[in-house]
Amino acid sequence: MKELAKEPLNLIIGGVGGQGNVLMSLLVGRALVAKGYVASVGDTYGVSQRGGPVASHVRISKDRSYGPLIPRGHADIILTLEPVEALRLLADLGSPKTVVIANSRPVYPPDVSSGKATYPELGDLFGALEKYSAKTMLVHATDAALSLGDPIYTNIIMLGALLGADVVPLDREAMVEVLADRFRGPALERNKVALDKGFDLVRS
Amino acid sequence: MEGIDVDAPGTTQLLMGNEAIARGAIEAGLGFTAQYPGTPSSEILSALAAVAKNLNFHAEWSVNEMVAVEAAAGASFAGIPALSAMKQNGVNVASDFLVNLGMTGSGSGGLVLVTGDDPSAISSSNEEDSRWICKWMDMPLLEPCTAQEAKDMTRWAFEVSRIVDNACFVRETTRLAHTRGKVVLGDIPKERKTAYFPDVWNMCSPTKSQFTSGPFGILHHKLHERLKKIVPLFEDSEFNEYTGPERPELLVITSGVCSLYCKEAVIMLGAEDRVGVLKLGTTWPLPEKLLRTNLERAQTILFAEEIDAFTEGNVMELAASQWADLKPITFLGKRSGHIPSWGAVSTDMMASTMAGILNIEYSSAGRTAAYDEGLSTAAKMVPPRAINLCPGCPHRGTYWAIKNALTIDGRHGLVAGDIGCYSLGFIGAGFFQERTMHCMGAGIGVANGLGNLREFGFDQPVLALAGDSTFYHACIPAMVNGVYNRANFIFVIVDNSATAMTGFQPHPGVGRAATGEPAPIVDMEALCRSLGARVEVCDPFDIEGTTSTLLDLMADEEGGARVLIMRRVCELVRARRDKSRPYTMRVNPDICAGDACGCNRLCIRVFGCPGLIWDQETGRAKIDEAICTGCGLCSNICPQKAIEREAA
Repeated sequence: MKELAKEPLNLIIGGVGGQGNVLMSLLVGRALVAKGYVASVGDTYGVSQRGGPVASHVRISKDRSYGPLIPRGHADIILTLEPVEALRLLADLGSPKTVVIANSRPVYPPDVSSGKATYPELGDLFGALEKYSAKTMLVHATDAALSLGDPIYTNIIMLGALLGADVVPLDREAMVEVLADRFRGPALERNKVALDKGFDLVRS
Repeated sequence: MEGIDVDAPGTTQLLMGNEAIARGAIEAGLGFTAQYPGTPSSEILSALAAVAKNLNFHAEWSVNEMVAVEAAAGASFAGIPALSAMKQNGVNVASDFLVNLGMTGSGSGGLVLVTGDDPSAISSSNEEDSRWICKWMDMPLLEPCTAQEAKDMTRWAFEVSRIVDNACFVRETTRLAHTRGKVVLGDIPKERKTAYFPDVWNMCSPTKSQFTSGPFGILHHKLHERLKKIVPLFEDSEFNEYTGPERPELLVITSGVCSLYCKEAVIMLGAEDRVGVLKLGTTWPLPEKLLRTNLERAQTILFAEEIDAFTEGNVMELAASQWADLKPITFLGKRSGHIPSWGAVSTDMMASTMAGILNIEYSSAGRTAAYDEGLSTAAKMVPPRAINLCPGCPHRGTYWAIKNALTIDGRHGLVAGDIGCYSLGFIGAGFFQERTMHCMGAGIGVANGLGNLREFGFDQPVLALAGDSTFYHACIPAMVNGVYNRANFIFVIVDNSATAMTGFQPHPGVGRAATGEPAPIVDMEALCRSLGARVEVCDPFDIEGTTSTLLDLMADEEGGARVLIMRRVCELVRARRDKSRPYTMRVNPDICAGDACGCNRLCIRVFGCPGLIWDQETGRAKIDEAICTGCGLCSNICPQKAIEREAA
């Protein structure tokens, strides 16, 4: 069991309802428990899954159970499937020490499409993320998923990015093991490709 | 190895609170479980049904919570350990039976009821605190704080139920139900019980042959006495735990996930030598001796619990009865305004409340005032993200057709709505068409009233709208009532072949049981026709056909209770099944006139499918190919016919 950078290490996995953050947090949680850590993984279910902002709170400890929610300012890593959601979460839970890993592809809220609200210029958004975090990494995960043939792979690509960023005590092997519990045959192979794609994207 | 049926005592799994409850029931020898889905409790039966065949017990999705609890009680009467879980609203549905169950006793099997309360109503129409029912009906109450405790308490709850001969409640809240935590597994019993309804009447025997609620005078008295039997076990329960100095400046009395928030807040404040935390796991009846000992620890006591001041009030009652022997105590909590009387509690809330009481300087970790100010200014660029119906959702088509038909009709018709994904009809996602929304089945109930106001000059068309699962849950009596009493309304059943909001659980209309086995189909169309009602069936994606059918139904002013079934499978279910898109969609940039059209972005601003977005560069609508499900519905709504579909 690797020493944790901090006790507890707090990871947020955020996005928009329907993007697949619950599967990500489940896989991360199972891989952590398999490695011997105490992990608590809090998810959002129900009506918020219908297009609203969602966030899974993952709390990683050597030996004790923490509450299901990360306190304000205590998020060490913010991993999101949507860029503006990274700023929403950073404002709420981040600090100058937080590392942000965000998919670069916006999902426009209905109010933005209709003209009632505006989505920030991506340059301004990324600038704010960089300014108020310790480090911000942008991953073109949706584009990479579309190049693999289906946007459904976006979440596994972002999991690969999380591993590539080397901010949680997990390696590729641990993640492939939990993926193999969930997927079989060609589906497993495609998810492994997606995982590696994310790993490489964040390192390149 | 993953799975709640793994027979490997001492091994560890990452289980959701709901899965942990399911595992606890299995470890207690569960024989029967029945439930109606409801967030945050749904995954309990989902988890149990998945292993029911393997472990040889009965698991069913019942049509509603009252039937589920009654069925579970029936099993317990015959000696089979039974569990029924529900969300807070479900407790209301089952409550009439429960009042009477207290009189009769719950039998030798053991009956455990789990309630998933939803602080902040994250996925509910209210945030009621269901714990009151335990005080009201003399039922013991356990409140776990971690997944491990959820498993262990549920296992124990069967024994508690058998001791008091009444249902034992296990109360979880959303943050426990949906948080995965480490759970060390216990053993699964191998012996199998035989079901038998005792048929020998013997005044002296503890074995009952009758479960009837009379004579109530004696039975009500006995109910109170039976509850007292559990108090000694609660006094010594390891689920109640005090941590902190012998005489703290501040004692916090807490339960459920709040106890984790409190303990973390004490660490964050570095106040371990000033604050004591009494975590109560057995919250009704109160372990009075244990509390008495703890009331003597401190003269300032803060209560932290989610939703109502339940334990706060109960402990203050207890203190009042012993006032002469206690030193003066200042009680802080929801009554004093130190903890909000609504919404979920958090670590931050506990830290700042305790900091205020103890005069400790407190600010969120690592965040200076300058950082906070700069970041909150930057965060103003984050647009709001309203919840919406999914891309491809059939309800969007139904509401669009309803909006069209009511507008054309012109008599200010309205929709009395219900509980499900289609509840989003009260916001822009359903074009604000839903005008009443209360509990399961309430829409058609309300329509029975609105539909019988002819004498008062009422001529607005009344539509009641409910989903297929809701139809079986609570709408059938109101439909019968409407036919019988000649109420004028059109009951729109949005039949998407699933209990979609809670995770696509099957119901009597889909031909599949909880365990995945084939089941008889209760045909809602035939059922409604058998009542003598006019029944029409439309496809929500046929907007023109639905609109004209609705207009025809509304034209029949003395038609009584009429039914329109809107039938199309939930898009999420279809996408999982087909793994393909029916159409490739495209906005033809040569036809879409953008903001020059005069439609004022109808497709995006009003229709509002998340798959349609605005292309700032070209000033035209466009399809977001990462989101569009290719349902083809939007090709019907563009006034210029600029949205084109091509079979994929």
